[in-house]
Amino acid sequence: METIVFLISAVVILSGALGVIFSKNPVHSALFMVQTLFGAAVLFVLLEATFLAAIQVIVYAGAIVILFVFVITLLGIDRAEDLKVEPIAGQRPLAVVLGASIFGIILTVLIVAVGGPTGVREANTPIGDAADNTRLLGETLFSKQVFSVELTALLLTVAVIGAVVLSARPQKPLIRTLQESDTEEETEEGGE
Amino acid sequence: MTVTTTWYLSLAAVLFSIGTVGLLVRRNPLIMFMCIELMLNAVTITFVSIGSHLNDLGGQLAVFFVLVVAAAEVVVGLALVVAIMRRRARTNADDLKILGG
Repeated sequence: METIVFLISAVVILSGALGVIFSKNPVHSALFMVQTLFGAAVLFVLLEATFLAAIQVIVYAGAIVILFVFVITLLGIDRAEDLKVEPIAGQRPLAVVLGASIFGIILTVLIVAVGGPTGVREANTPIGDAADNTRLLGETLFSKQVFSVELTALLLTVAVIGAVVLSARPQKPLIRTLQESDTEEETEEGGE
Repeated sequence: MTVTTTWYLSLAAVLFSIGTVGLLVRRNPLIMFMCIELMLNAVTITFVSIGSHLNDLGGQLAVFFVLVVAAAEVVVGLALVVAIMRRRARTNADDLKILGG
């Protein structure tokens, strides 16, 4: 049963990922990304990380993809990209070779070198069963990791402020050349 | 035939490689961001499966922080894309070579 669920979600994840990089329309890419994210959420359920599965759907598929689609509609760049034009000669074969070699290196390290994952079992906090997952995660986050949680809050604040500053439409351009500011002053004086 | 941790890690490796290839091939900044999200998702699958393998909650805690960082990264990145697109209507990643001066 677990094998069947794993295989189905693996197919869903990988076909979604291929859809993201091969579809011409950015909106289709965003929808394929939702497919991949849902597949990953199913894997999280399979691994008894129920809280993360919920967060994956709510934050990723809910918030982040909506943000992507919102920007696509805001900018009106939903036109298809011409995938036949290759901007830099030989870029795609090289990219595929690089991707394949990354995959090969990871798989070699994983299977050949160490014969599967190793490590110290239960070094930190035991996982517990799926029903206790959210409680344990919350308790650990707000006791052992509380400093990291505070830093996370700081990071999100900085990100929000940065986004507002970056996308604000300035009344005057923020950076003016010396010449421009000179001529503006002259015209203002002339008006008086 | 049972599902071992190696299966999850191999799947994550495939997903990471697809994300890498997409990031290198596509020129649309939005799709490049989506490929980064794919790579981040591969990493989260790795964290959760290793954590499950070692019976350690640390993997899931790491994924929590990865999610937050991913959200912040997307917010700032999309704000940058909006700011650039407002000045230059049709932009892809190659056009930004003007940043080189």
